Amino acid sequence: MTTTLGAYDDVLDRYAPVLGLETHVELGTATKLFCGCSTAFGAPPNTQVCPTCLGLPGSLPVTNEAAIEFTVKIGLALHCEIATWCRFARKNYFYPDMPKDYQVSQYDEPLCTDGYLDVVVGGEAFRVEIERVHLEEDTGKSLHVGGATGRIHGATHSLVDYNRAGIPLVEIVTRPVQGTGHKAAEVARAYVTELRDVLRDLGVSDVRMEQGSLRCDVNLSLMPAGATQLGTRTETKNVNSLRSVERAVRHEVERQGARLDAGERVVQETRHFHEDSGTTSPGRSKEEAQDYRYFPEPDLVPLAPARELVEGLRATLPEPPSVRRAAFAEVNGFTAIDLEQMVNAGVLDLVGETIAAGASPTKSKGWWLGYLVGRANELDVEVSELAITVAQVARISELEDSGELTNKLARQVADAVIAGEGDVDAVIESHGWKVAGEDELIVAVDAALAAQPDIAAKIRDGNQGAVGPIVGAVMKATGGAADATRARELILERAS
Amino acid sequence: MTPELTRLTAVETAAKIAAREVTAVEVAQAHLDRIAEVNGTLNAFLHIDTDGALTQAKRVDAGEVEGPLAGVPLALKDVIVTRNVPTTAGSKILEGWIPPYDATIVERMRDAGIVVLGKTNMDEFAMGSSTEHSAYGAAHNPWDLERTPGGSGGGSSAAVAGFLAPLGIGTDTGGSIRQPAAVTGTVGTKPTYGGVSRYGLIAFSSSLDQAGPCARTVLDAALLHAVIAGHDPRDSTSIDADVPPVVDAARDGDVSGMRVGVVKEFAGEGYQDGVTVRFEEAVATLAGLGADVVEVSCPHFDYALAAYYLIAPSEASSNLARYDAMRYGLRVGDDGDASAEEVMAATRAAGFGAEVKRRIMLGTYALSAGYYDAYYGQAQKVRTLITRDFENAFTTVDVLVSPTTPTTAFKLGERVDDPLAMYLADLCTIPSNLYGGPAMSVPCGLSDDGLPVGFQVMAPVLADDRLYRVGAALERATGSDRLLEQVTNL
Ligand SMILES: [Zn+2]
Repeated sequence: MTTTLGAYDDVLDRYAPVLGLETHVELGTATKLFCGCSTAFGAPPNTQVCPTCLGLPGSLPVTNEAAIEFTVKIGLALHCEIATWCRFARKNYFYPDMPKDYQVSQYDEPLCTDGYLDVVVGGEAFRVEIERVHLEEDTGKSLHVGGATGRIHGATHSLVDYNRAGIPLVEIVTRPVQGTGHKAAEVARAYVTELRDVLRDLGVSDVRMEQGSLRCDVNLSLMPAGATQLGTRTETKNVNSLRSVERAVRHEVERQGARLDAGERVVQETRHFHEDSGTTSPGRSKEEAQDYRYFPEPDLVPLAPARELVEGLRATLPEPPSVRRAAFAEVNGFTAIDLEQMVNAGVLDLVGETIAAGASPTKSKGWWLGYLVGRANELDVEVSELAITVAQVARISELEDSGELTNKLARQVADAVIAGEGDVDAVIESHGWKVAGEDELIVAVDAALAAQPDIAAKIRDGNQGAVGPIVGAVMKATGGAADATRARELILERAS
Repeated sequence: MTPELTRLTAVETAAKIAAREVTAVEVAQAHLDRIAEVNGTLNAFLHIDTDGALTQAKRVDAGEVEGPLAGVPLALKDVIVTRNVPTTAGSKILEGWIPPYDATIVERMRDAGIVVLGKTNMDEFAMGSSTEHSAYGAAHNPWDLERTPGGSGGGSSAAVAGFLAPLGIGTDTGGSIRQPAAVTGTVGTKPTYGGVSRYGLIAFSSSLDQAGPCARTVLDAALLHAVIAGHDPRDSTSIDADVPPVVDAARDGDVSGMRVGVVKEFAGEGYQDGVTVRFEEAVATLAGLGADVVEVSCPHFDYALAAYYLIAPSEASSNLARYDAMRYGLRVGDDGDASAEEVMAATRAAGFGAEVKRRIMLGTYALSAGYYDAYYGQAQKVRTLITRDFENAFTTVDVLVSPTTPTTAFKLGERVDDPLAMYLADLCTIPSNLYGGPAMSVPCGLSDDGLPVGFQVMAPVLADDRLYRVGAALERATGSDRLLEQVTNL
């Protein structure tokens, strides 16, 4: 990072951020949008293709009804209007991974319009307005061979896999989100988190950001605090994790703020997000932007979802995540603040699963929110990608409850599991980690008191605050295997 | 015996095969021999599928397939995709491409026992009215080898008129079945848009393209129409309705009491006298057969050509984008250093002919930001007005009629450097494409220059049978099914 710590809040003291989010979701239909090919992930290249998704001369598209239904469900879950009549359009541009050199998409007649999604950040509710939800086909995937980085620059040749070409993709576009102030980055992340949960509950996508089935473009502009004229925005492409959404907003706030402060102008452009550095770099600028020459797709007939179909789908919608979460909080005795923290950290489901695996609600929350989120940040991964299962967390928690592990030992066990050393019990076995026994503890307490006679004297005089350093010394002597509560009792007992 | 077999109609051929007077293999071989003899002169076929034809003929002889056209040979326009048989659409950019699948109509014809002899010449991507825009040289008109057999489907019309095949398949975007039929003295029908599957028809302009039959008689055309028509779930624009009773109408041919509207706008300046005379005679003939003839005005037809030359190129500019050297067909300039974009550009520069490039540029411009409303959008409005003209007319008449094309066959080379003159050949045929209704060209005699004149019949959407009723009536009254007996120069 080239910007200094705290620059984000400093910039937002003086500028108002305006956010915009465009999210692409690969639908989980069994077959592609316009042909009968499978959508399964991970098949050998170019094995899930046919004349239509390869764009062979003479081939024609036929719309997959399930994709329409999934899109309508998404629209309904986001409180959108569902069009009574709309069309697909062709978006024309040349690209090797696009078989027809046009993408069948929707332009000025999207299937769903004018919805919203509510999120809560720091106890404050934000309504993110949805401008449109439309359906389009995905492109193939290029692989650049021979270069150092897999990028096109320096590559000797390129290969294209068309298995992904034609997979149904839904694009969800927000209206400009204003009034977030310092919470811009967190609101962006909370929105994508909430959207992901809504989509998962609908069963329309596996919403796996790491596999690209949920991809996000983040638009951001700044305007002087109090201004009403929107500033120039940038569009940061393919921000592919929840953490990255937040980081991309932070970086763009800082970068744009620095430019504006220096009297420079923000260039309207597409930018690329770099996971490693958390920064963005310029892509295509608006001046070189393509003219996509949209026009209605003549190979398809207009879509006119019947009202009975729409209402039928509305009746099948699951309860919204907010309702489900409230019930979850109630059952487990969580507060609204607990809930918001867990939701925005992306651990609510993990906590629920850990409870289901046998751990107490408090311990489950504590493990994820109090420890594992931090570890994930240190390791620079999504918390859901940590190499520890909910069953393992529950087992560690169980050993902690039974007194077989101290909190400190338990964290060491978790770290070892994450480091790939093995399962919980195997790790404990191999390290010989166990809570210090009473005899061992007495020896350690006596030794610590003897080593610091002046502190021992203070304790004898009734100064309870002096116990701390002795507890520390005992923990150190036992390699963290001491039960701190019992050690404290013994210190008070043995000092007198 | 061989020349005799090639002179039979499709109905006569099928009857002889069914009666075991001749085998389908003998019929196929007779036509293959005829092709070997005269295709060098006509350049009607681009690819002759001897093995495929004989294999299919053997299936017919073995009784594996039957039907009213079983064993009848056919000339297939090279814009229809055929599995394992080269398909070029008349373009260098598809040279060497062997499709891995069959068009729906190819499957249907195979199931009906039709024997496809090969793929016929055409203007590149069906853009033209003379076959002079074929990348493989122009086809020639059997009536006069110095003249065009029409376009874009001139290969099929030349093959049918020259007795290389009794049946042909064309595709009609702005007149590419009807105008070739008119200038070769054959019958050609553009069915209702959506009446015949487009799956496997290489797209020129998706909202206008329609495949249809070419034949020497109205009944032969109707029988082929019935084979290829009908709903296809692989084509979203295919109409899910019963096929109009075209064969019954062709057999019946009774026009008494039919209301026939003569399109007022399609006469006068630019119409060759010989064409006008024969057309008016044909109208009088229909009146004599009991039809009620009236004049009808379709005021927006005058704008059809202009609208067509915005809509068709716009769609074409997008449809032809896929010829980018990445997956199939020609690849130029891939020297290991060139980028994908450079190879795409070099391939398209080398692989497309001048007319195709002209239309791609026209269409790209018409769809561009800032011009869309003025060009493409406006053209769509004109299309709606033309549709209304048809709908209004069909409240008072059953069919509309006009000359198919303003002139008889023009000489090769005469218009090739004058795109606007070339475009005028489709003046009368374009409205039906914009509307989507069916239309036919049926011969109505020879002009004073000794060349055939086409009579166009246009009907409402899904009333394709009316074309055959009028066509059959005219054919019987004028003996136009024997017109081609005069073609003896080959
Ligand atoms: Zn496919």
